[in-house]
Amino acid sequence: MGELICRNIALGYESTILVKDLNFEVQKGAYLCIVGENGAGKSTLMRTILHLQKPLAGEIVYGEGLHATEIGYLPQQTLVQRDFPASVQEVVLSGCQSRLGRHAFYTKEDKMRAAERMERLGITHLAKRCYRELSGGQQQRVLLARALCATERMLLLDEPVSGLDPKVTIELYELIRDLNQEGITVIMISHDILSAIQYADHILHIGAEVFYGTTEAYQNSPQGMGYLERGQRK
Amino acid sequence: MIEQFRMYFAYPFVQYAMIVGVLIALCSSLLGVTLVLKRFSFIGDGLSHVAFGAMAIAAVVGVTDDMLLVLPITMICAVLLLWTGQNTKIKGDAAVAMISVGALAIGYLLMNLFPTSSNISGDVCSTLFGSTSILTLKFSEVVLCVILSIVVVTVFVFCYHRIFAVTFDENFARAVGTKVNRFNLLIAILIAVIIVLAMNLVGSLLVSALIIFPALSAMRVLKSFLSVTICSAVLSVCCATVGILLSIIYGTPVGSTIVAMDITAFIIFTIIGKIGGRS
Repeated sequence: MGELICRNIALGYESTILVKDLNFEVQKGAYLCIVGENGAGKSTLMRTILHLQKPLAGEIVYGEGLHATEIGYLPQQTLVQRDFPASVQEVVLSGCQSRLGRHAFYTKEDKMRAAERMERLGITHLAKRCYRELSGGQQQRVLLARALCATERMLLLDEPVSGLDPKVTIELYELIRDLNQEGITVIMISHDILSAIQYADHILHIGAEVFYGTTEAYQNSPQGMGYLERGQRK
Repeated sequence: MIEQFRMYFAYPFVQYAMIVGVLIALCSSLLGVTLVLKRFSFIGDGLSHVAFGAMAIAAVVGVTDDMLLVLPITMICAVLLLWTGQNTKIKGDAAVAMISVGALAIGYLLMNLFPTSSNISGDVCSTLFGSTSILTLKFSEVVLCVILSIVVVTVFVFCYHRIFAVTFDENFARAVGTKVNRFNLLIAILIAVIIVLAMNLVGSLLVSALIIFPALSAMRVLKSFLSVTICSAVLSVCCATVGILLSIIYGTPVGSTIVAMDITAFIIFTIIGKIGGRS
């Protein structure tokens, strides 16, 4: 049984159905990339997996004792964050918010956890710095550390490399790969099809026709070949 | 000058004004950071107009204690604006503009249709600019203000980390299971309480200045949420104290003097921020 199972999901809003009868299962430790054209429903799918919105039909089941709130989410940056006065430490610590329970304040344990995640992502030296003054790559590391505070098992990343320069992009991809090799399941929305094929072991292509399978199978499928060709031409 | 203060502070109404002024300044600055960052700066303004309308209704209906009517009405509007405002057809700023101007018009209309005193424009002016009401506080109003302030500060301190989380990234907070709607509702209610309290001090037109200026000033210079929050609270209290003292000495309107202090502080902080940012 997989950690995340989507059964007959239909996605969309109000009267528009974007995707119908979507079925897939994510195994523990997998690295899944969700690709597709703009507006195909990638972000909607991600929001559905996170329970931020309900699917039009079907159900999402979590297996192997994973709770919906145990998914570490790396959202796209919002406008608010661009001038938000917050130190790196405050942002990372806020990843522990689901551990607060009924308490008002973070425990020493939570703070240790945040410190440990910062160490792991190599941002300890930035702890006191202001989040909005960091470079794009550093900000993504901070948000990744926050996501890791919320989870030990599954990361959901929404276009983590958008707006980053090539060198930083590669560093971030390698970092995510390392985390995956340490046993964390990774689900990533990506526009960058070439890197998706390079790093992921499974591909979910949503659009007019849905493909789900291993990366090798995708590269040999008609959709995969078509999409790859277009991706390379760009 | 100290002699002069000692003389003034012998009067209970001056003491009341000081206590209430400091408490209101403290409370109003706390949520300012959140409102500014959530792009809700104008909600304070909108809600204060609602409170003005509610006060007019209270005067017409003849309720003995204004608060009983004004507080619930403002709270309901705050909830409507903040909590449901995000997914309704009329978007945030348009909804705020609509409700605030509407309440202002209705309030003024009611005051004219059913005049409670001969000096309508005087009444309106003092409700809008709070010119005298801080100096005419009754003991019961001071007690109410103290209690509400304690509630606001306590709730804020205990929800501080969640308010931060919800302000910084609502989607992330929701994804890890924080009850975001509940905290947005809480923020809305706190704001309503603060505005109704602060109307006594600066009047309904100037309330939002009290809420946003300290936060904006602190954000020019400081870099973490905690330091911004603390700094804006301290700054707001200082400005209110100085403002009240100056208005006592020079006989200026209390509300606008305090706001003038807030503006001065904002300019100073902006300059400090510019210099500090360059080096």
